Amino acid sequence: MDLFNKVEPKYIKYGSYLHIYCPHCHKSLNVEKKDQKYILVKAKFKGQEGFIKLSPYLNIFETETDLPLKEGDIVDDMMCPHCGESLLVDDHPCEECGAPKVAEFIVSAFSKLIPFYICTRYGCKWHGLTKRDEQLIKIKIPRQDMPEQDPKLRKFNFLEVPYGYTAELAGIEADRCLQCKVPQCVQGCPVGIDIPSFIKLISEGKYVDASRKIKESNSLPAITGRVCPQEDQCEARCVVGTMDKPVAIGRLERFVADYERNINAVEVPEKKAPSGKKVAVIGSGPAGLTAAADLVKMGHSVTIYESLHEAGGVLTYGIPEFRLPKDIVKSEVNYLKNLGVKIEMDAVVGKLYTIDELLEEKGYDAVFVGVGAGLPRFMGIEGENLGNVYSANEYLTRINLMKAYKFPTYDTPAPRGKRVAVIGGGNVAMDCARTSLRMGADEVTILYRRSEKELPARLEEVHHAMQEGVNFKFLTAPVKYTGDKNGMVTGAECIKMELGEPDKSGRRRPIPIEGSNFMMDFDMVIVAIGAGPNPILFDTTPDLELNKRGYIVADPETGKTKKDKVWAGGDIVTGAATVISAMGAGKRAAKSIDEYLNSVKKTKKKH
Amino acid sequence: MYVILDKKDYARGTIVNIRIEAPEIAKKCSPGQFVVIRVNETGERIPLTIADNDPLAGTVTLVFQIVGKTTALLASRNVGDFIMDVVGPLGKPVEMKKYNKKILTVGGGTGVAVLHHIAKGYYEAGNEIISIIGSRTKSYLIMEEEMKRISTEMHITTDDGTYGFHGFVTQVMDMILSERGDDIEFVVAIGPVVMMKACCDITKRHNKKTIVSLNPIMVDGTGMCGACRVQVGGETKFACVHGPQFDGHLVDFDLLIKRQRTYIEDERISLFRSIK
Ligand SMILES: Cc1cc2nc3c(=O)[nH]c(=O)nc-3n(C[C@H](O)[C@H](O)[C@H](O)COP(=O)(O)OP(=O)(O)OC[C@H]3O[C@@H](n4cnc5c(N)ncnc54)[C@H](O)[C@@H]3O)c2cc1C
Ligand code: SF4
Ligand code: FES
Repeated sequence: MDLFNKVEPKYIKYGSYLHIYCPHCHKSLNVEKKDQKYILVKAKFKGQEGFIKLSPYLNIFETETDLPLKEGDIVDDMMCPHCGESLLVDDHPCEECGAPKVAEFIVSAFSKLIPFYICTRYGCKWHGLTKRDEQLIKIKIPRQDMPEQDPKLRKFNFLEVPYGYTAELAGIEADRCLQCKVPQCVQGCPVGIDIPSFIKLISEGKYVDASRKIKESNSLPAITGRVCPQEDQCEARCVVGTMDKPVAIGRLERFVADYERNINAVEVPEKKAPSGKKVAVIGSGPAGLTAAADLVKMGHSVTIYESLHEAGGVLTYGIPEFRLPKDIVKSEVNYLKNLGVKIEMDAVVGKLYTIDELLEEKGYDAVFVGVGAGLPRFMGIEGENLGNVYSANEYLTRINLMKAYKFPTYDTPAPRGKRVAVIGGGNVAMDCARTSLRMGADEVTILYRRSEKELPARLEEVHHAMQEGVNFKFLTAPVKYTGDKNGMVTGAECIKMELGEPDKSGRRRPIPIEGSNFMMDFDMVIVAIGAGPNPILFDTTPDLELNKRGYIVADPETGKTKKDKVWAGGDIVTGAATVISAMGAGKRAAKSIDEYLNSVKKTKKKH
Repeated sequence: MYVILDKKDYARGTIVNIRIEAPEIAKKCSPGQFVVIRVNETGERIPLTIADNDPLAGTVTLVFQIVGKTTALLASRNVGDFIMDVVGPLGKPVEMKKYNKKILTVGGGTGVAVLHHIAKGYYEAGNEIISIIGSRTKSYLIMEEEMKRISTEMHITTDDGTYGFHGFVTQVMDMILSERGDDIEFVVAIGPVVMMKACCDITKRHNKKTIVSLNPIMVDGTGMCGACRVQVGGETKFACVHGPQFDGHLVDFDLLIKRQRTYIEDERISLFRSIK
């Protein structure tokens, strides 16, 4: 058996190189000559004896033979070229084509010998393990970690924390996917990405194709791969997750998108013939960017109006560099520009133009509103207007959009504190906490009114924050802030909470424990308890119907609002949600706008 | 990119007036509104109240005092140079209509530029204007001619007595309100925070409504960050969306002064670097 110990392929995987042995004489059937690598077996067909060469790469089906075989022919026998023994086994029809017999070989994996089969039908794709063995092996591959910057170093810099998979790690991780016939993961994805197909392309080493597969339903995979809450979406449903940790779908998504971008393989897709229609998109967050990309591909002329001086919405002003490098957002925005989308910055719709002016004076045929939920919420407690108490939006905008972390090269001053409190438990709170560490805080404490289990942030962000040394004080909320004579914050009076019955959101409601008040010292506080709709646009558009909470009422399927020619989507409809759901809304609205514009065209032609 | 068409300065070069090409903003803006500007790629976003607009020529006039890095940088730009970003018009316009009684407008320092735009609005709406404008010393007084043109009655004060009344605008205002407060509908006071605060202390005594224009720290100017929070009547307001004009009797000026000082140290570093 010493023969088998020589070659130890780490994992069996799609596209990986197989070492195959004869089950009788245990000799290797692999042949390696200069550029040629193949598996050699002897075969008999219609009394003639010859050879068949097979690709040693799992799931690459190249075969060659000197026998007069046509696709579909079944060979009479297959033999080992060394000992000449027949390799055929009884009672084992092909799992792929149903041919009555298959040949059995041996491969080694996980220090175990596993039977490997090749169908006797020439051209049949079955060239692998039995389904059962395959699953067994796959489940044994552990979920692959992404290499990342050491927490001790990274808390002093703004460089991205995870480095991303290497091609090798991605290959191994991709092989964990079972290629389910009814993939549960896809149902968990808000935009229905064909997950098993893109993962299979990774297994085959076709990374660019994999990225394009994703882009059929999600145009920003480099971004969603980094910021989606996968553990609540696709990965929550992955079947592998019932036996082990789920397939790392997000990391794979990120890998292929980065790969495609890094080798400059991103192509500007074909656009339909110009429709002669004009669409205005208000807001350049994920909802607006997605709607614009789809609409311009459908042949419409698209202009985005953005109130800030840079495009990207939360991706630019909110999510920090160390989590989502701004170069990625910029390259997505440039991609849109290359597609022909015009972007007008510094344009606050509602102030500079109203929606009605866009429709009537500027001649747009439709408007998509994707202005996000940008209005910061405060708790309304005493001392909240003290100096060095910030909204998360202000703090992050200064650091990310205005690049205050590069002060004084950039002019915008950064809020600085040595003992920082961050109020809240979402992604925004994690971002603020980890940013303030990088800005030089000695101690950062997250005050969250529920327990660790209820933290709404992505798991990875919580994990990273803890690694970097952010303190968490659960079941705690501030009731008032104290300040010094200059009006700067000096601390917070906090109260302990306990969890009561679940509320409407399904999370258990925090109830203050009377008399549990205590003081904590801080010299800076960041309030990250959520955001609401900014009324700036609505003040001049009274006929846009809003719900009780001030968000736009729009059809969830189409994004159509109650106002003629106006669609909306993203956080401004749903309230603060996720990047991917905003993109999904942009996509659905683009489809509906396109249908509307085409119908207008048709009715006009009739006249 | 927004080009500077005209530039002049007052008060020995410490106050600068620029006229920039911004046709859409010029068309849309009303007195009391402001813009947020960013001079260049590394620049800060700062709010500047619109001092005048010409919709036909497509221009907007901004008047600012050189107080920090950004205003110094902006002042260093000449006619023909560009400003990277000009966002606006932001804030609520002042309601312009004809009132029965006169309007008393009080301005100090650079605030006179903003006051002028609002006073002109009232004037054009058919109101009679009494103005009091003041400065530290004669050479720092701005827009005297422009104010005169729209005022039926005009008072000038200087702290050092080099021109007009020797004293503060508040003193003249107090006198006018005592003598003929009944003729006056309301007061508009715009200038340094301490001046507006002092004005409000006096007008409260006279029970005369007073509009002030606040200038807290801002970032976006669209209600997105909350940097501009001010306390008005015990409630937190965002000056950029709810203001910048507020009922002065309700404003917590002390809080405003403290909040304005948050970045005093960084401002110093920034300015120092720019001088170097
Ligand atoms: C700090 C932070 C971290 C987050 N982390 C995650 C995460 O990890 N994963 C995740 O899935 N989600 C995350 N989110 C939520 C996610 O970013 C949002 O759900 C998503 O960006 C919403 O997209 P949107 O297009 O609706 O709006 P936004 O991204 O908010 O974009 C709206 C754009 O419209 C512009 N705008 C607003 N008003 C006007 C106007 N009147 N005229 C012109 N333009 C206007 C704004 O300037 C902005 O650029 C995070 C949010 C924040 C704030
Ligand atoms: S559910 Fe998991 S194993 Fe099945 S296709 Fe999706 S990623 Fe692959
Ligand atoms: S300046 Fe940001 S909210 Fe007013």
